[in-house]
Amino acid sequence: MAEDSLTRREPPAIDLRRMTEARVQLGRFGAGLPTRAAQAFLLDHARAREAVWSVVDWDRLVERLADLPVGTVAVESAAHDRSTFVRRPDLGRKLSDRSSHCLAGMPRGSDVAIVVGDGLSASAIDLNAAPLIRAVIGRLQLHRLAVAPIVLASQARVALGDAVGEALGARISIVMIGERPGLSAADSLGVYITYGPKTGTPDSRRNCISNIRRGGLSIEAAAESVVALVLDMIRTETSGVALLTRR
Amino acid sequence: MPYRTTIERTTFSFADLKELMAKATPERSGDQLAGISAEGPVERLAAQMALADLPLKAFLAEELIPSDDDEVSRLIAAQHDPAAFAAVSSFTVGQFREWLLRPEVQQPQLEALTFGLTPEMVAAVSKIMRLQDLIAVAAKRQVVTRFRSTIGLKGRLSTRNQPNHPTDDSLGIAASAIDGLLMGTGDAVIGVNPATDTVSDYVRIVELLDELRSRLAIPTQTCCLGHVSTAIKAIAAEAPVDLVFQSIAGSQKANDGFGVDLAMLREAHEAVRGLKRAPAGANLMYFETGQGAALSADAHFGVDQQTMEARAYAIAREFQPLLVNTVVGFIGPEYLFNGKQIIRAGLEDHFCGKLLGLPMGVDVCYTNHADADQEDMDALLTLLCAAGVNFVITVPGADDVMLNYQSLAHHDAEYCRETLGRPPAPEFERWLGEIGLTDASGRLLDSPLKLTNDIAALRLLEARHG
Repeated sequence: MAEDSLTRREPPAIDLRRMTEARVQLGRFGAGLPTRAAQAFLLDHARAREAVWSVVDWDRLVERLADLPVGTVAVESAAHDRSTFVRRPDLGRKLSDRSSHCLAGMPRGSDVAIVVGDGLSASAIDLNAAPLIRAVIGRLQLHRLAVAPIVLASQARVALGDAVGEALGARISIVMIGERPGLSAADSLGVYITYGPKTGTPDSRRNCISNIRRGGLSIEAAAESVVALVLDMIRTETSGVALLTRR
Repeated sequence: MPYRTTIERTTFSFADLKELMAKATPERSGDQLAGISAEGPVERLAAQMALADLPLKAFLAEELIPSDDDEVSRLIAAQHDPAAFAAVSSFTVGQFREWLLRPEVQQPQLEALTFGLTPEMVAAVSKIMRLQDLIAVAAKRQVVTRFRSTIGLKGRLSTRNQPNHPTDDSLGIAASAIDGLLMGTGDAVIGVNPATDTVSDYVRIVELLDELRSRLAIPTQTCCLGHVSTAIKAIAAEAPVDLVFQSIAGSQKANDGFGVDLAMLREAHEAVRGLKRAPAGANLMYFETGQGAALSADAHFGVDQQTMEARAYAIAREFQPLLVNTVVGFIGPEYLFNGKQIIRAGLEDHFCGKLLGLPMGVDVCYTNHADADQEDMDALLTLLCAAGVNFVITVPGADDVMLNYQSLAHHDAEYCRETLGRPPAPEFERWLGEIGLTDASGRLLDSPLKLTNDIAALRLLEARHG
């Protein structure tokens, strides 16, 4: 048949699937997805919803950081549980009273405070936080920067790092936080860096590196970018959009 | 000035206009988070009744956010055209709703009224309209914009092909864009949200999109949705920038949180115009908005999130944009808790944007921590098509692998063409036929020979393919 010979003359179809992890070339029946693709999507959605509601293995993280010279301290936000955390971002940005007292009793005046927050993905922290912290601290020490004890924050939003950085009197805060899970990546870590962290700092004063995970931005590349930003902030005494205009 | 309603001998009192507006707003988690919502359905209805009796003129007498402190309020006051307002100036909010629904009120009347209305008036009337009202009125108001394609014509639906990639890999972006093109999407724009924020990455992305567009002779526009300050630098370096993008919100303080103000937007608008890439009179700006943006920056001043959203539209319409869309379910369940709230907000934003003269599109979307799913998106998309939405956003398989949320799939655009009879922009529709992607009846075909050959010949793909 004519149609068959036409098909045979076609060049091999371009395989877009080798070029991106996006759900390309799924095929279709009319406007509908093939059944298998439709159900694979539903399964991924069910898994992502579960990731939001699971809890970081903080004990394991402490163990994996035990040999670092800086130590760790555990805090929690004013959002007492997951359900409050999801509905009340304002509480996730504030320290609980207990945690405020705890940080108030700590030595002040380091160059860098590192805060690890669960955010919306516990698996991002479980998988990526320890290697990233080690890679960042190694580089900061080469530049003779003083690092405060690592703050492990549960039910935390990004801006909790302002309260922590302020309490510790740090020049710069580095917040490593679980990004909200997507369908294909439920373990993505984001890093937000702020010069002169204080409660009420606008988001435009932060610089962000996102999508740190296996298959995304590598730990080593992320650590390089984090430390480059820290050094630029110390040099220019600013961060966020203002830093971008001066780099 | 306090406002009052009495229902069965119980008097409900609202201290000022912004409290009345907040309590009249249909239930949503963001207003509850802000602590400004009605306590329950009866108080909400009392507020809606008081609002319905309020003269539209009241919004000219009482500002929700004082002009002295806020450049968005100043812009709203400056935009107001008393002559255009005369057609409805004697109405209460309730009478205004009834007037909007009258069959003799059509495109000419609504278009003439555009700058007679303030965002607050439009937000107010939307609060006492049900979904069917929002759809019926929006469907009467076309806002048509042009660049290489003509967007917003009656009975058509355009799409933004959103080929995001987690690390902005050139090949990954191209592959995703091509996947969308093969499904017939991208006539509004092919637009990437960058994961990176440097000028060099911005330039690389717009160059790659421009090569794809020009080599395949696609009648559309391309855009890298980086920060406006990055766009200004890329334009200075003579990068091929079709559209300047920026996220905006409804107060000066909220925009400060985005690192942007009106002066910076004016500078960018001038700069992109200077590139002369579009025919004279073309629309060159692209804005995204979304309920909750102001509250999340603690910059809402006690005003409800839907009214703050409408205020952002005053900024957008100052720049005659090609495209504006609300990213309705992107911001999360703390602002719109579930599918029901997302669906209503999407239709409100579309209605308010259209009445204020914007070429309104919607990113029909949700996140994994919201109580929503793809079925809610099916409902919203279908309702938006009934309302005549200018464009929606589509990604491969509804999964945005960079921003980690679910939007529509390219497949959904085909659903709108097949089932709802909504073809894309006429120039793009012609291109689809010429390239062999659609047959004579406009039905999508798979892997047409000519387009596949053209794609295979792209320098970009040659590097690593075959």
